[in-house]
Amino acid sequence: MTEVTKAPEGAAQEAVVGTSLWKDAYRRLKKNRLAVLGFVVVCIVVLASAVGPSIIQRATGYTYDYIPTDPTLVTSQPPFTAPDGSFAWTHPMGTDDAGRDILARVLLGGRISLMVGVISTMVSLIIGIAVGATAGYLGGRVDEAIMRLVDVLYSIPYMMVVIVLLAFFGGRSPISQLFLLFVALGAVSWLTMARIVRGQVMSLKSQEFILAARATGVPAARIILRHLVPNTLGPVIVYATLTVPSVMLLESFLSFLGLGVQAPLASWGSLAADGIQNLAVFPWQLICPGLTMAVTLFALNFLGDGLRDALDPQMRKG
Amino acid sequence: MAPLLSVRDLRTWFDEEDLTAKAVDGVNFELNRGETLGIVGESGSGKSVTNLSIMRLVPSPPGRVVSGEIVFDGRDLLKLPAEEMRRIRGRRIAMIFQDPMTSLNPFMRVSQQLMEVTQLHLGHSKAEAYAHAVRMLEVVGIPDARRRVDGYPHEFSGGMRQRVMIAMALSCKPELLIADEPTTALDVTIQAQILELIKTLKQDTGASVIMITHDLGVVAGMTDRILVMYAGRVFESAPTAELFSRPSNPYTAGLLRSVPDPTDDSHAPLYQIPGLPPDVARLPPGCPFAPRCARAEAVCREHFPPWVQLTPQHHSLCHFATELFESGSIAPSTSSTATSGLENR
Amino acid sequence: MGRFILRRLLVIVPMLLIVVSLTWALIRLAPGNFYSGEKKLPAAIERNIREKYGLDKPWYVQYGRMLSNTVRGDFGESLKYPGTTVNAILAATLPVSATLGVLAYLLALVVGITAGTIAALRQNSRVDYASMTVAMLGISMPNFVLGPALVFLFALSWYWLPPARWEGFGVHMVLPVLTLSAVYMAYIARLTRSGMLEVLRSNYIRTARAKGLSEFDVIVRHAVRGGLLPVVSFSGPALAFLISGTVVVERIFALPGLGNYFINANLNRDEPLIIGIVAFMSIAVLVFNLLVDVAYAFFDPRIRY
Repeated sequence: MTEVTKAPEGAAQEAVVGTSLWKDAYRRLKKNRLAVLGFVVVCIVVLASAVGPSIIQRATGYTYDYIPTDPTLVTSQPPFTAPDGSFAWTHPMGTDDAGRDILARVLLGGRISLMVGVISTMVSLIIGIAVGATAGYLGGRVDEAIMRLVDVLYSIPYMMVVIVLLAFFGGRSPISQLFLLFVALGAVSWLTMARIVRGQVMSLKSQEFILAARATGVPAARIILRHLVPNTLGPVIVYATLTVPSVMLLESFLSFLGLGVQAPLASWGSLAADGIQNLAVFPWQLICPGLTMAVTLFALNFLGDGLRDALDPQMRKG
Repeated sequence: MAPLLSVRDLRTWFDEEDLTAKAVDGVNFELNRGETLGIVGESGSGKSVTNLSIMRLVPSPPGRVVSGEIVFDGRDLLKLPAEEMRRIRGRRIAMIFQDPMTSLNPFMRVSQQLMEVTQLHLGHSKAEAYAHAVRMLEVVGIPDARRRVDGYPHEFSGGMRQRVMIAMALSCKPELLIADEPTTALDVTIQAQILELIKTLKQDTGASVIMITHDLGVVAGMTDRILVMYAGRVFESAPTAELFSRPSNPYTAGLLRSVPDPTDDSHAPLYQIPGLPPDVARLPPGCPFAPRCARAEAVCREHFPPWVQLTPQHHSLCHFATELFESGSIAPSTSSTATSGLENR
Repeated sequence: MGRFILRRLLVIVPMLLIVVSLTWALIRLAPGNFYSGEKKLPAAIERNIREKYGLDKPWYVQYGRMLSNTVRGDFGESLKYPGTTVNAILAATLPVSATLGVLAYLLALVVGITAGTIAALRQNSRVDYASMTVAMLGISMPNFVLGPALVFLFALSWYWLPPARWEGFGVHMVLPVLTLSAVYMAYIARLTRSGMLEVLRSNYIRTARAKGLSEFDVIVRHAVRGGLLPVVSFSGPALAFLISGTVVVERIFALPGLGNYFINANLNRDEPLIIGIVAFMSIAVLVFNLLVDVAYAFFDPRIRY
């Protein structure tokens, strides 16, 4: 047959549905049950820390620093136990030596610990992105100088300097101590963030859409802000989600050593320090804040891991 | 004389999240000793998976060989115990891969990577293996082999690395060499050198070769027979000259037309087979090529085409195979006034 | 390579001075001083103390003296323990901390690499999921919870091991080392797993299999070297955190180590001791990072300094 029929162009092609990186990642994240569980747990903890103390106050009258006036109540009770040994709902986590409700203290500690974690991470994010993006984009001498500085800073035994800082400048008021913590811990983590951002920017820089922007005369600052930064968001988000738990861990160490959050405020670390004194006799004083912290960090880490798997297209399962 | 390799009804499928991609779905061919067989097709046609299946190197999960026979020198490779298959790999059947940049271990010296093969399969001592390695490098044309053999892969250029891979593959004088797009990642001038090298070595060692490529130019000069693959199946199989002179399948004809003719002055737009290769997880009923075929009719979309024997050597998978074979050409579409050289053959 | 090492060694001195200056500045800028916390001392004694420690000289003289002392390695006497030099304290406490840290990290390497490799080889199996979940627990569990938990179990409940307190190197090290090691075991296991998985997917592993090598050879001869690279680079920053971990563990178990003395020095505002320990740790961190970089080059022949 020499009859000619023109090929039906694209007739049997399915409509190609586009999908953005984010939608794809979101879909993958939803499938990762552990990550979703982690997210749920984190939400529960955040919610509990935010509104829990007020609820408890309304229900039982205890706040994190309320010491009962009745001297018979100024003892450490195990969870769910009244002073006479019978079952009671009042103290789901028991009380400490001064009769304070541990659950209220743990929730307050959660507020503080989470706050420190998030704010310090944000501090390190801002500094890290600013430095990393600039170094990566400008390249050349500027990049070399900045990276040299980063290498230098990397060699400082950070924790020691932070300890000195907190020991000598702290102790004035709990609020100022908190502020000090935000800055100190943020300063510890920005280095790696800067490195990650710089790496991303350098690989993006040579891609064509950046070339197009430059060719049309878009100023460098604008390119950095509106083109490079959104595209580095992926690894940045992952790293930020994983930084929060590690910063919280550092803060808890410092509070445990007495340098972090000061009384009357509490963080999980300082609660653990209090609790460890009486480990043999009243173990719940350590276990309750400790377990709460472990569970929260666990959840955060799973979430961060899930985000990383979702956003990294190369992580195929098998 | 029995063929060296006989592949029957090979099916290799990949289990993805909710679908099964039928990468190879009913492939049959034979390879005689001393022959060079070319396997041609677009990306996704199943040509690489076919050959990975022969070597039993298909990553599994998610892939699995569902059915079929691969008879090599009288024994079905798919039924061999793993130990025995390993003895065959590298020794009697060897494979070279597409990307020489990543196919060599960057952390090991080239000498070690070459020595491994002969120490394992031929029982060489360290000294023997080393000497053999140097010899092989010389054979494949690496200058100053004695000194360079101790280097690391990153100290070699792309073309050199591919030569190293060829040296590694031929170390044990295998009976079958499978070359999976060996020149795709290289510059054109190096391509020619590597192909020449393979040709020469094949003549010297008497090995049979399967050459996989998407480039018709490569197979034209090198092969005795060609298989054209599409959507996991063989669409046409013929001796090389006959495939080019009497293509009997619209897909083959389309491929041939897509090769630009350097002597054509007409300034007509370059031909391209319209559409995209199919998703082998979601194939339509009927002929997989029907959506893109200029010759397609209703029967093509409803019924799977027959495997028609045109001559004992020449087969085609098409409802109209015989007509195409007889007419000797396929009419061009009206969109192009110039002939693309097909009718001039 | 030799020049690279030399350059890095030379950098140590200026780095050291920077860190020490920073620390000194923090101490001096802060309100209060060593003896301000205690009861007011008679004026005469105060004058003697100031003279002895050179605190009556102008600040830049004191700064200069501190720098030159640092370079000479002479940090003077501790304020809290007069009569004992800082160097003596360092000499006594260092073995404790060093043993604790080294043993903990070695244990972490052995257990972590083994677990990670097994998990990678049995990807998506129950062993894989179980070990990675345990690893996740290890990362999330603060050592001040893990330590006491171990003490509670092994010492107070089951009487297998002694609880805190230091009585020389021996069985008393077991719980502290375990506590400190846990989080690193976890990190190393995860890094090994992901590193090995990535390597096992690569083309050169496919080539190795195509050559007919046994699975064992493929893994041990080809995969391991590339797969362990992330662990090597992790070891650098790991040390920085090891320091903070050691401090906490020494506190929990009341071990007479550098970390414990450092905290006390800070609480006591014992300036010479603080400077001495910071100086020493700076050098340790720099040297260790250099070792890690050298090890990395040893593993990856593509790196050339």
